[in-house]
Amino acid sequence: MADTKLVGQNYTTPDIVAKVTGKAKYAEDFRADGMLFIKLLLSPMPHARVRRINSDAAMALPGVRGILTADDLPAPAEGRADNGAVIQASMLNERALTMEPRYKGEPILAVAAVDELTAAEAIELIQVEYEPLPFNVDPLDTLRPDRPNPRTEGNVWTRTPVPPPTPAAGAPPAAAPAGPPPTRPDIKEVKWTATDFDEYDLGKLPMGENIDPSLNWSYGDIEAGFKESELVLDETFSTAANANLPLESRSTMAYWRNGKLFLHGSTQSTAQTVPAVARWVGIDVKEVIVISEYTGGGFGSKVAGSIQMAIPALMARKISAPVMMRINQEEEHYIGRVRPAFHGRMKVGFAKNGKIKALDMYWLADNGPYEQQHDCGTGARMASLIYQPESMRFRGMSVVTNTNPTGSQSQPGGMNVVAIIEPILSKAARKLNIDHVDIHRVNCPAGKAQFGPPNAKGARAYATSAFVKEALDKGAEMFRWNDRKANSGKRNGSKVRGIGVSHSGYIAGSVGFDGLILIRPDGIVQFQSGIGNLGTHSVIDVHRVGAEMLGVPWERCEVVWGDTSRNLPWSCISGGSQTIHAMTRSAHAVATETIKRLQEIAAKTLGGTPESYKVGGEKVSSGGRSMTFAQAAQKAIELGGKYDGHEAPENVNGFTKVAIAGLAGKGLVVAARDTYPRDGATHSFVATFAEVEIDVETGAYAITDFLAVADVGTVINPRSLGGQVLGRSMLGISHAIGQKIVYDQHYGVPLAVRYYQNRPPSILDTPKNWKWVAVGLPDPETPVGARGIGEPPVGSGTAAVLNAISDALGDEIFRRAPVNADAILTSLEAGRPVLEALTAHI
Amino acid sequence: MTDSPLADLPNPSVSRRNFIKGVIAAGATVSSASYLFRTAVVSGQQSSGGVERLITLNVNGQDRPVDVMKQETLAWTLRYKLGLTGTKLGCDRAECGACTVLIDDVPHYACSILTHSVRGKKVTTIEGLAAADGTLHPVQRGVVEEQGFQCAFCMPGFVMAAVGFLKTNPNPTRQELAHGVSGNLCRCQDYDKILTALSRGAELMRGA
Repeated sequence: MADTKLVGQNYTTPDIVAKVTGKAKYAEDFRADGMLFIKLLLSPMPHARVRRINSDAAMALPGVRGILTADDLPAPAEGRADNGAVIQASMLNERALTMEPRYKGEPILAVAAVDELTAAEAIELIQVEYEPLPFNVDPLDTLRPDRPNPRTEGNVWTRTPVPPPTPAAGAPPAAAPAGPPPTRPDIKEVKWTATDFDEYDLGKLPMGENIDPSLNWSYGDIEAGFKESELVLDETFSTAANANLPLESRSTMAYWRNGKLFLHGSTQSTAQTVPAVARWVGIDVKEVIVISEYTGGGFGSKVAGSIQMAIPALMARKISAPVMMRINQEEEHYIGRVRPAFHGRMKVGFAKNGKIKALDMYWLADNGPYEQQHDCGTGARMASLIYQPESMRFRGMSVVTNTNPTGSQSQPGGMNVVAIIEPILSKAARKLNIDHVDIHRVNCPAGKAQFGPPNAKGARAYATSAFVKEALDKGAEMFRWNDRKANSGKRNGSKVRGIGVSHSGYIAGSVGFDGLILIRPDGIVQFQSGIGNLGTHSVIDVHRVGAEMLGVPWERCEVVWGDTSRNLPWSCISGGSQTIHAMTRSAHAVATETIKRLQEIAAKTLGGTPESYKVGGEKVSSGGRSMTFAQAAQKAIELGGKYDGHEAPENVNGFTKVAIAGLAGKGLVVAARDTYPRDGATHSFVATFAEVEIDVETGAYAITDFLAVADVGTVINPRSLGGQVLGRSMLGISHAIGQKIVYDQHYGVPLAVRYYQNRPPSILDTPKNWKWVAVGLPDPETPVGARGIGEPPVGSGTAAVLNAISDALGDEIFRRAPVNADAILTSLEAGRPVLEALTAHI
Repeated sequence: MTDSPLADLPNPSVSRRNFIKGVIAAGATVSSASYLFRTAVVSGQQSSGGVERLITLNVNGQDRPVDVMKQETLAWTLRYKLGLTGTKLGCDRAECGACTVLIDDVPHYACSILTHSVRGKKVTTIEGLAAADGTLHPVQRGVVEEQGFQCAFCMPGFVMAAVGFLKTNPNPTRQELAHGVSGNLCRCQDYDKILTALSRGAELMRGA
């Protein structure tokens, strides 16, 4: 978009005054008449079977109104993953309550009472008889031949063939379906041999059999690649599990009215949470209203709400009263989702100029007890995209453990692969005597860069665009890389400085969602937004595109969001950096359609052809003939049909059709689905530069300078973009400087269950100077040119700091992240990395 | 003992047992401190040594009569008795600062102050920062102008901490201001924009 007035400009979002005056209501701020309060009974053991529950004393306590157990839950139903893939109903997946807890802190039952104190007292009165079961919180340990499995089914996710449906008696046998036979996720036992573990004692990740066919692929000839390599490095490294810890926990309030569930919840996505809740509660999507005007952070942990939302919903139905489930921060630590830890081994062959000839990648994801996360496979595809190895073999497994349930956290899988490969790139640059920026230039993706394994026809997927070289060049200049290089590694008293560079990338947008606009008879343009308001501002930002195209002043626009009873269209999940890309496309589609309708209305009213009319300045005009938006809206109501929402376009989602019907007759109602073509898969990138100053006498270090250059296409809202780039960089920095989850291996319980034990970075941990800038080149495969950015800065935030530490102190400091002062000091003294990479959660 | 006009009303007691239950619920168990709406079920005579429950608090310039249990924290009273939900509970354990309010102009974590201890003091919450006519406080204006914060769950606490800090140091450097609000966590990690917004607020405050 050229010559924009709104797109690319800073503005004040319409929700900020409510936020800054305390009027903004988050889920737990709501009250309903007669509302009861829930407390949860959480498992004290990492794995057990509940033999007996005696709740007599609890139920006899005055003020106690009801109990909910796993028996009250509907049977598991089919669902959809972040990426839109169907998740088949499975008894292996997580449920809101369980009779077989598989991690310490898993909810077993809920009690509702007149107040929270009474509910808590009732929980204390409940007697639960547990049969302890074998447990394991260390993924590698589960693979040892004599060690326990975390689940009765086994220890590793894989896919097994789905048995064909039994044909009805007498029916002819069904023809075999085309394509590969269908499979479903399954958990199996995998035990490696003692010989497989021989390398363990050398600090190298053993590489036994991996059984998941989807996590086993290759392209090119890696053996030839290694042969042609000037340098081959074989490194084992691990990254930590990290809890999402949004400041607002996943508290939920629910009540039923006229057969409908009204749910006040904390979710990243508004429209997309409706089918999720319907599935968890076992009702139709038409029976669910989700209210979520403000969400206090999610970072991937509340993509479409949380499965625990079913607890107050089902309790409210069972006892016919509104129910509030307040989740405190300790409970949030248990149920609030964790980024999987990884143990990885990379054998990388480099040409003389630093180009990666071959990458042999093996890694294990600590999947926690439930649904297989995509981190393991996605991370491998991202490795092939971000570093463009000439040949690659990938093997991986998602290993089940009795740790907190895992889920997405910004740049899932991608963050880990960047954090693991970047230090190897940095080491190679030192060994080959290549400039660190240059080794990134040689290996970064450009244009329609290919990634992942070839498909059945031998073709590989590719990006829509990539401008990473441009980002690296811009960054090197702004960061004064060459000047700083001269001082790097030089001692000043006990202080030594080092500089690091990293680049990173991730999926940055989906397609195919709906836009919905109402132009009211008062002339206001009302944008219906099914996007969640999780703090990225995209819930509002994307509609600036529509306002821009319609030529309407922003002051004459309103955005409706946060309540699915208010006629919201089907929108993408607000997770995985989907929104800015997906929903600017929808905004573009619906604005294009709105212009067309306005032209048609003007031609019908004033004569002439629709094409002769121009839309702008809140008017539709052609020569001397003109009508205002207000008049056009009034005329739309008179015309009815497709003009005022009484007819809906065929191709929009059913969810949107309901919203259109809800707006019918209120003005000019226009909906449209994004059907724009796209050649490639949308990804965004970032180049990150960091300088650290380390005190070698204490091991303490500070990040003195930091710069992130984002390749995100067209910028929609600069301040929001900057918040994402630096905010997500800071999440990455937390992975470098100290945030992690620690487990007691003996008892299988987490030792970090509060902020002070699992300390997120504070405002004093930020780089002393930090800046961001956008490359500013539009993506050619989307009409607005914009891509998402929430993901890539995380991995390169981690890696730029790690590389700066190595630059200052050499390669023998760390084999796992985070790297805190203690790790630096003890490793400096020992002359080797003290913390090994194979034990989980230390 | 109190200037409350309601002080002479029958005063349901806080028994030792209820106090201990509250502590248990707040601490070692699966629960946290509870909503204390027990007025409906708690009754009877005031026991000797009991603490008055009907007290008057000065919140945002208004005297508010309120029924307060002995063990109740100010955050609970504000949120669940007085309906001032702008004060957020992030951790409820003095770790995150989301519940920061001013007590006689000094920032405090409301989750870690017993309500009874603020009798006779001036409590200011985020709802009381703007003028009666809705004119925003300069720090609030700074946030609006700079579009500071993302999800904003931490915002009320940060704003109150900044307002309190700026009363002692109206002209801080960026680094000093960061120290002034370093008792508050932002999980969106929007610290750069937060500091810019609060710095702008400080500027506006000096100009006011």
